[in-house]
Formats: sequence, C-alpha cells, structure tokens
Amino acid sequence: MNPPLAVDIAFILLALFAVYTGWRVFRTDSMVRASFFLLLSFIAVGAIMLLLSAMYLGAAMFFMMGVEMMVMALFMVMFMMNPAGLNPMMMVHQHRLAIGAGIASFVIVAAMALLARFPHRPLPADLQEVESLGNELLGESMLIFESAAVVLLATMIGVVVLSSQRGRYGNAGEGSMPPGLDPGGEPAGMPEKDDEDDGGHHHCH
Amino acid sequence: MTLTTVLLLAAALIGIGIYGALSQQSFVMLMMGLELILNGVMLAAVGFWAMSGAGAPEGQLLTIVVMAVMAIEMAMGFALVVAVYRGKQADVTEAIADLRH
Repeated sequence: MNPPLAVDIAFILLALFAVYTGWRVFRTDSMVRASFFLLLSFIAVGAIMLLLSAMYLGAAMFFMMGVEMMVMALFMVMFMMNPAGLNPMMMVHQHRLAIGAGIASFVIVAAMALLARFPHRPLPADLQEVESLGNELLGESMLIFESAAVVLLATMIGVVVLSSQRGRYGNAGEGSMPPGLDPGGEPAGMPEKDDEDDGGHHHCH
Repeated sequence: MTLTTVLLLAAALIGIGIYGALSQQSFVMLMMGLELILNGVMLAAVGFWAMSGAGAPEGQLLTIVVMAVMAIEMAMGFALVVAVYRGKQADVTEAIADLRH
C-alpha cells in the first residue's frame, strides 16, 4: 500500500489543480484552451479516482475525456469565434446571478459534506474492485447496463436526425405546407415568392 | 484524504460548473459547465464507494451511469449546436429566444 502521507499530498495537489483548471475554463480568452483546461481538470479527478483505488473508472476517465475534449476543441475551431484567444473575450450573461448560484450551491453541498455523518466503511483489503464491477455489470445490474446501451443507441439516432442537413426525401422543409387559415384556403405564412406554380405542389420523387 | 475532503472538492467542482452553465453565452461553454457538474458528481460517487460504501459494486455502477449521461449530454449538445448553427448561423443562447414570452 502507499504510505498515507504521500496519498494525502498527492490528493491535495490534484484537488487544487482540478479546481484551478476548472475555474480557468471560464476565465481564458481562447475557447480551445478552455476545452484543454477542462481536460486537465478531468484528468486530475481521474487521478484522484485512482488514489481512491477505483482503477477502472480512473483509467476510463482518462481515455473518455481525452477523446471528448479533442472533439470539443474541434467544435470550438469549427463554430466559435476567437478560438485562438487573440482578443480578450468575456461572453457572459446574468453574471451576478451565476456567481451567486455557484457560491450558494458550493456552500450548500459543502455544508452537507461537513455536517452530515456518513458511516466509515472503507474498502475491504481483499477487494478485487475491477472484477466486482465486471460481475455487477454483467450480473445483477445487467438490465441497467443494457438500458444504458439502448439509450446510447437512441442518442446516436437522435444526433444524426438533428444534425443531418436533409431528410430521406430531400430537405426537411421542402414540400411541407402549413394549413390554411380557413378550411381549404391558401396556406398561411408561406413566403411570397412561389410564382412558377400555384403552390400546394408536392415534389414526389 | 477523507470522505469530507473528497466531497468538498466535488462541491467546488459542482459550484464552478453551475456558475459556468448559468453564465456562459456560448453553447459549448455552457456544456462545459454541465460537464464540470457531472465531474463533481462522479467524484462524489467514487468517494462514497471507496470510503463509506465498503466497496459495494453499485457505487462504481452509478459512476458508469453518470459517465453515460455525460456522453449523451455531449452528443446531443453538439447535435443541437449544429442544428442551431444551420438554422440561425448563431452560437450563443440569446439567438434562440424566439419562444420567450
């Protein structure tokens, strides 16, 4: 086992690093740098999970967050203004309310951590934590694990539907007609230019 | 490293995340706030598993479920960013205030 003092020092350093990088996420000018700060914060938390002897979860955190934050940095470059942070930038709204809500939630959760009495039941010395997780995932809690898979599949389909430019039969808006204001009347709210046909005409190929 | 210190760290991460999610105008920065909140939740779950749960495997399972939630949040968030960008050429939350009263 590690000497407890070394574990404590590592925990304190990692905790300060996680909070500092988490805070820098919203204070840096560059959005790409913000996603890398978030990655550093996640890696520090993953290392703390390793200190807590959750080997699988700590390692999974490294891999998952590495990939996720690279995707995020790519999106920053694709969509956001000022990804390189060449100009100072502060894009916030309701700033005071947000600071108040952040501090209030910290105080409430910290008070729960300090005031509540949790039972002290440390890990058994002979616990095979990865093996017990695997047995749980593919044994008792298989339904939960499998429903997570189904939800992920639904997410994939939803993401493709949301982000695809055209549907199966052409652009999503094409050929759809809003109903008339009175029964059988002209379609309401259509754009003015539709002069080659009478409107009400569906492309069906 | 006690359960209290781990939970204090989780509280700090959740607080910073709530600040970010409420204050940022850019969609992706807002999602970063949500991710920080979930980060704190995962750390708290692992802390409880390791120090108060006697290694019950459900604690690790809960963390895996939160990780799945995080992946779903990320994927749906990016898809919404793409959809809003296609429709409005916008990347800030103020641009989609059409349905506000």
